[in-house]
Amino acid sequence: MNKILLIIRREYLSRVKKTSFVVMSVLGPLLIAGMMTLVIWMGMAENQNQKLLVIDDMYPVFSGLKDRSNKIIVFDYQNISLDEAKKLLYNSDYTGILHIPSNITFGKTAQLFFEKQPSTAIHRNIERQIEEILETINLKQYNISREDFYNVKIDFRLNTIRYKKSGEEEEVNKEKGFVGFAFGLLIFMFIFLYGVQVMRGVIEEKTSRIIEVIISSVKPFQLMMGKIIGIALVGLTQFAIWIVLTVGIVVGVQSIFFDMNYDPANLDGIQMTTEMMKEMQTEKAITTKDMIDPNNLIFRINWPLMLGMFLFYFLGGYLLYSAMFAAVGAAVDNETDTQQFMIPITMPLMFAYVMAIFVMQNPDGPAAFWLSIIPFTSPIIMMVRVAMGISSSAIWELVLSMTLLVATFIFMTWLAAKVYKTGILMYGKKASYREIWKWLFY
Amino acid sequence: MYTMPEVLLSAENVTKQYSNHLALDGISISVKEQRIFGLLGPNGAGKTSLIRIINQITAPDSGKILFEGHALHPNDVEKMGYLPEERGLYKKMKVGEQSLYLAQLKGLSRSDALERLKYWFEKFEIQSWWNKKIEELSKGMQQKIQFITTVLHKPKLLIFDEPFTGFDPINTELIKREILELKEKGTTIIFSTHNMESVEELCDDIALINNSKVILYGSMQDVKKSFRTSTYEIVFKGELEGFNQHLNGSELVSNEEVDGLITAKVKLGTNGESLNQLLTKILPIVEIQSCNELIPKMREIFINAVGDSSINATEDE
Repeated sequence: MNKILLIIRREYLSRVKKTSFVVMSVLGPLLIAGMMTLVIWMGMAENQNQKLLVIDDMYPVFSGLKDRSNKIIVFDYQNISLDEAKKLLYNSDYTGILHIPSNITFGKTAQLFFEKQPSTAIHRNIERQIEEILETINLKQYNISREDFYNVKIDFRLNTIRYKKSGEEEEVNKEKGFVGFAFGLLIFMFIFLYGVQVMRGVIEEKTSRIIEVIISSVKPFQLMMGKIIGIALVGLTQFAIWIVLTVGIVVGVQSIFFDMNYDPANLDGIQMTTEMMKEMQTEKAITTKDMIDPNNLIFRINWPLMLGMFLFYFLGGYLLYSAMFAAVGAAVDNETDTQQFMIPITMPLMFAYVMAIFVMQNPDGPAAFWLSIIPFTSPIIMMVRVAMGISSSAIWELVLSMTLLVATFIFMTWLAAKVYKTGILMYGKKASYREIWKWLFY
Repeated sequence: MYTMPEVLLSAENVTKQYSNHLALDGISISVKEQRIFGLLGPNGAGKTSLIRIINQITAPDSGKILFEGHALHPNDVEKMGYLPEERGLYKKMKVGEQSLYLAQLKGLSRSDALERLKYWFEKFEIQSWWNKKIEELSKGMQQKIQFITTVLHKPKLLIFDEPFTGFDPINTELIKREILELKEKGTTIIFSTHNMESVEELCDDIALINNSKVILYGSMQDVKKSFRTSTYEIVFKGELEGFNQHLNGSELVSNEEVDGLITAKVKLGTNGESLNQLLTKILPIVEIQSCNELIPKMREIFINAVGDSSINATEDE
């Protein structure tokens, strides 16, 4: 049908040519990249050089403190009282005072006085060193060798592995769920942003009174579908621009960023990382370890399935919801009247978004099952499940969910078209649920 | 030789029921080719419902519409042009772009549409509007664009619902001329309005719809004939009293004297006396300047017919 193509073309071009679209396309990635850069920059800015005045009441037990990694902390020992040191703080280039009290082996605490709060990395660095020295003291006291100590010390982890009927094993990880959640969030945002655009477009045609002119040339259904598809293409274009620009900006910024920092004379930078890695491996409390290891995560997700399903649920979810948004747009005369109809549409979406977090905890539970089958929540929930791995025995659930989504989308479009074709010709009538119910049977 | 015009569109017993009221109740009309058909009626009578059915925006519950002798087909919309009463354009879209879009939706190719738009824009001397946004134009200017986009695809049937709203008198005349020119070129026109003066000027046939039913239908002449009251306006010099005495069976409805000229409205009596007989009687008494039959205006016909049918409707209840 070339008429529907004409409509799609107009809907697409009229939006893509808007300055707001161009601005958003450029601003979006700039914001994302800016935020990412800001995080990196803040991380750097935090690691300001620190010159700490150490008041060691246990001298010389803690005299060995040094910055083992990035040499940004200088420990300066002085044999003065804490009060004297405090007086000194603002009249010197010291950034802080580290007070090691005489009862440290007993109380297991020390104080760091500061003017500007040091970063957690610095905090952790000092903590770790003191902890190690205290450990050494204790080891000596109890006459345990460090070797024995490490042998006794336990770093325990419970790994959950899905054992498939076929004999395959698959590690279930929450961070995989995070990837799914991110994709689900993208779908959630897309449905909202562009679903509302569909609704606005319908209202615009109603208020500008062009609707009757148009539907004397094309069928209301063609107009509705043309609008929905045209706007979907606008959204896809916007996302494509965002991805390309964001990657471009991030790569660009990182290369500049890296150039500035990569000074061959400063080999400590590399040393720092290797040393830190070693430390991390011995440290038990590094929860972020797996998050930081991207290679691992990337390899563990079934990307072809993930991206395929993403596209499917992305479009399926959008089509389902935008049909409803179109019906709402047709039922009202202006945007302020939309609220009462928006709630039942946005509720399941919001619910799905919130439930996605629970589903990450328990991807095989009943909530995950039902919410990933019900078409109104499945576009978001199924993303989490697919990312966390769908076992081959649960493929039928995926198929069922997809079939239901398609069926519901077709049914909902049919229903929405009925409301739409009556609603667009109704002016000045305050639409109620009762009224809309009647329209379904016109 | 005069040939009967062919029927282009006919409605046969068309009924449309909305949830709480009957919009059209067994409407049957025929619109003949190359004529202007006035679709009249008070607000809410069902005119728009009928027009929407003709445009296939909605479907009738029963009855049918025949166009060119066959039942309405979806492709027929390309042979129709519709200027709805509730009309507008995309405000943010440019004039040229929008005209092209609407023309293409009516099945014109882009190049054809461009060519014809060029013709119309030159005709109306509005070429400079091409790149303007609709919202930058005045209401009247927007109406002109709307008119062009309605007729651009050279439809066989044009439907104008209140086409003159938003136009100043000069532009109203311009559009009237265009409508008559379109008729001359072979277009059939359905014209719906409350402006009875323009009905008088333009329409060949009319149908008056009230309370979902056709209450008056036929050629303008026939309708007017049926509303004739055999009242004449006689202007004369002389004595009104003498004039009055010789009327016998006829009735003097009103009289007015200006500068010695008396204008009298006389309704012929029921005794079958003709105008000629009346005139022979009064000729010796007064000096007659002019004598005309008072043909009812569409405005009066409308008010009378609708008033009567409303009274009947209330009596029915």
